Amino acid sequence: MSDAAFPKRSRRWMLYAPFGVAAAAGVGFYAMLQGLQDGSYNPRGVPSVLLGKPAPDFSLPELEGAGLPALAAADLRGPLPGPVLVNFWASWCAPCIIEHPQLMRLSREGVAVYGINYKDRVPEAGAFLRRHGNPYGRLGRDEPGRTAIDWGVYGVPETYFLDRQGMIRWRWAGPITADTLESELRPLLRRYA
Amino acid sequence: MTRWFFFCLLLALPAWGAVGDPNERLADPAKEALAREIGRELRCLVCQNQSIEDSDAQLARDLRRLVRERVAAGEDQTAVIRFVHQRYGDFVLLRPPITAATMLLWATPFLALGGGIAVILLRRRRAVAEAAALSPEEARRLAELDRGPA
Repeated sequence: MSDAAFPKRSRRWMLYAPFGVAAAAGVGFYAMLQGLQDGSYNPRGVPSVLLGKPAPDFSLPELEGAGLPALAAADLRGPLPGPVLVNFWASWCAPCIIEHPQLMRLSREGVAVYGINYKDRVPEAGAFLRRHGNPYGRLGRDEPGRTAIDWGVYGVPETYFLDRQGMIRWRWAGPITADTLESELRPLLRRYA
Repeated sequence: MTRWFFFCLLLALPAWGAVGDPNERLADPAKEALAREIGRELRCLVCQNQSIEDSDAQLARDLRRLVRERVAAGEDQTAVIRFVHQRYGDFVLLRPPITAATMLLWATPFLALGGGIAVILLRRRRAVAEAAALSPEEARRLAELDRGPA
């Protein structure tokens, strides 16, 4: 009797298993869609290997005519007076125009924003800053794009957050929108202030 | 006839795009072959479903040049791939290494195969169990039928 009952009971879970799998998949897909919507999950995103590490070695020339000091790795070695943003940008990059007001705002608030001008022409890059304003305290020019490769940059704009010790704590691939500024950068600035 | 000729020429047009820039190639054919082999292992991070050898993206071109410089300087495949891997992480490798994070990725084919085998085994066992459950009454009837009407 117990022999007959046993296989029946053990097989019953198989009846519910598909529902369980479907429910788990549903929860997973929901989480993915939520993440896609708020930007925390990006299936095409390339995670940065620099997180928790100091900036790679580099030394870039200044952008001629911009009147800004050049940028080198030595400027990003701790201890720093405060957190630093390093922003890769170009005048030919449309999303850079979208994020520019946010960089201007941070710069006005006293956050150190350093720029690396990526694969750009000097007159165009200068004109971009004159037209949209200059948020950069320092600006390096990476025309060959080699420094960008050393940083693991795969597109502009891309922004790195360095703490006072010069450790990279955050990387954002894509424009810093007003939302990104509030939801991602503000908490970081508070935490590493 | 000429119309057909131009039509075929039009069809062949993408082939021109696929031919790499001859200026990029290394003079030494052996080193160029090595550079290509390395390039085929590296993902273009802009287009993502192409290797840097196949991609026309600016970053892919830069990485191709970088690979060729390193190969020309005498580095072997492991060293060049390590250089790029240190900068772009596992994502850049078209053949990702087996780590805790990529375990599921590598295990998926075996899990699917194991699942299939499990389903087949379960079904077979059930079929055998059902065949054995012939009551004496049924057995007698089956024997009767086997004898036939004659």
